[in-house]
Amino acid sequence: MHANSVRLIQLVILVVVVGGWQMGVSAGVIDRFFFPPPFEIGAQIIRWITDTSFYKHVGITLTETVLGYVIGTALGVTAGVWLGLSRTSARILDPFIKGLNAIPRVVLAPIFVLWLGLGLWSKVALAVTLVFFVTFFNAMQGVREVNPVVLANARVLGARKGELLRHVYFPAAASWILSSLRTSVGFAVVGAIIGEYLGSSAGLGYLIAQAEGNFDAVGVFAGIIILAIFVLIIDQILDAAERRLITWRPNTEERPA
Amino acid sequence: MALSAVKKIDYPQVPSAAAAKPMVALQGVQMAFGDFVAVDDVNLTVADGEFLAIVGPTGCGKSTILNAIAGLLKPAKGSVTIDGAPVKGAGGDIGYLFQQDALLPWKTSIENVELGLMFRGVGKAERHEKAKGWLAKVGLKGFEDRYPHQLSGGQRKRVQMAQALITGPKVILMDEPFSALDIHTRHLMQNELLRLWQEERRAVVMITHDLEEAIALGDRVVVLASGPRSRVIDSFPVDLSRPRDVAEIKLDPQFLELYKNIWASLRGEVEKSYARK
Ligand SMILES: Nc1ncnc2c1ncn2[C@@H]1O[C@H](COP(=O)(O)OP(=O)(O)O)[C@@H](O)[C@H]1O
Ligand SMILES: [Mg+2]
Repeated sequence: MHANSVRLIQLVILVVVVGGWQMGVSAGVIDRFFFPPPFEIGAQIIRWITDTSFYKHVGITLTETVLGYVIGTALGVTAGVWLGLSRTSARILDPFIKGLNAIPRVVLAPIFVLWLGLGLWSKVALAVTLVFFVTFFNAMQGVREVNPVVLANARVLGARKGELLRHVYFPAAASWILSSLRTSVGFAVVGAIIGEYLGSSAGLGYLIAQAEGNFDAVGVFAGIIILAIFVLIIDQILDAAERRLITWRPNTEERPA
Repeated sequence: MALSAVKKIDYPQVPSAAAAKPMVALQGVQMAFGDFVAVDDVNLTVADGEFLAIVGPTGCGKSTILNAIAGLLKPAKGSVTIDGAPVKGAGGDIGYLFQQDALLPWKTSIENVELGLMFRGVGKAERHEKAKGWLAKVGLKGFEDRYPHQLSGGQRKRVQMAQALITGPKVILMDEPFSALDIHTRHLMQNELLRLWQEERRAVVMITHDLEEAIALGDRVVVLASGPRSRVIDSFPVDLSRPRDVAEIKLDPQFLELYKNIWASLRGEVEKSYARK
């Protein structure tokens, strides 16, 4: 279908849903206590984004997300490459890893608050536990699925263990790790928000929790929409980053005829 | 042409280029995968500067023998030596042209060609210069910054060739290097290989399932038995004069005579291996 007509249909859907909702509330068919009118939500969003203190909350959530992502990825890559290379360690640690991964992360939030306090780091820790496993499994897979011929070639060319890691295993794992970038950044956001929601004094999750505490449905909806926009912007940035980082993959550039 | 002036011999395990020193020597080599013995009691000597072609039915253990010489696989029995020294693991003085695509896909042509020098500690400027020269030598000037996926199959093979040869290895191993290429590209690459080899003669061990290729390129053609427990069953010196043109040489009456003789030996093994399946 033509790109323009797709856009048009998307716009129509948006107008129908939001318009229907607004009219439903005005006509009294929809209870405004549970579903506040879109105009009020929009007004709340505008009030927030024109207020400088709002950006302090955004900044904190962003910091937690980035820290959670970076630390979780670094740990995940290290552990994944190590266990990908050492089958014995992988066999020994397998039940523990599966067990840890099976824990629903939400239950860890109070423990992290206990250990690390109500500030930034308890949220970062929660994000790390989510990001770690995604990166870990992808890095391990990437190392295990290194093309054996490419590996043999590097060895014949004289690569030693460290050089194999740097020139073969890490780049091979990198494409897997980058392919999990989206998922893991999404998890980092989830970790940060849940942490804030369950106990904190700042951040987007805190804004939502506070609105909820006041039975302020407008605030909750506005917070959710802000979050969605927040994730969409990060997604766009990742899109650009991914294209720049993996230049050697066939789909990124056209093959010469 | 010192190498083509070799007397005709019938006994398979006598090195044909007896005058030159042995560069590669396999003695009583057995290669096994668990209980499966792929090749057994292989004795083979390749003289310095000799171009040896190995033919044999598919699955008889040709690649396995090559991997033993490269140090990628350890023999279960016997010894492999290169220039008198036992092979200890991969990374020796060897160039290996793999059958499959073996370039590092995340490195450009020039980065790929440089690898051997880099692992040997050659400085950045020097190896870059050399790699550029080698890419030009294999006809890929201007393709330095292309990634493997941006090259055709033939171009990738050329990069692989430059990558394998840049360190000036004592021994060059080739595993059906041109089998994936179309016939014209294959002829072109075969001639190019001969030209490069003629410039600086090394010991070459080339595997092929294409008997014509074996005769057109080799100084000697060795025939392997069908597996399992494959071994060397025949060795034919190729007294065709060099330099050769691979397309023209196929019309030479001497070529046809050799083809008939070697095929008579190879045919039985191919049929045996076919019957086993
Ligand atoms: N890694 C391996 N594990 C088990 N068997 C193998 C392995 N590699 C090769 N083989 C077996 O050894 C025999 C020789 O293989 P190969 O050397 O690849 O044959 P060729 O190159 O002559 O076609 C075949 O029967 C093959 O199935
Ligand atoms: Mg093979």
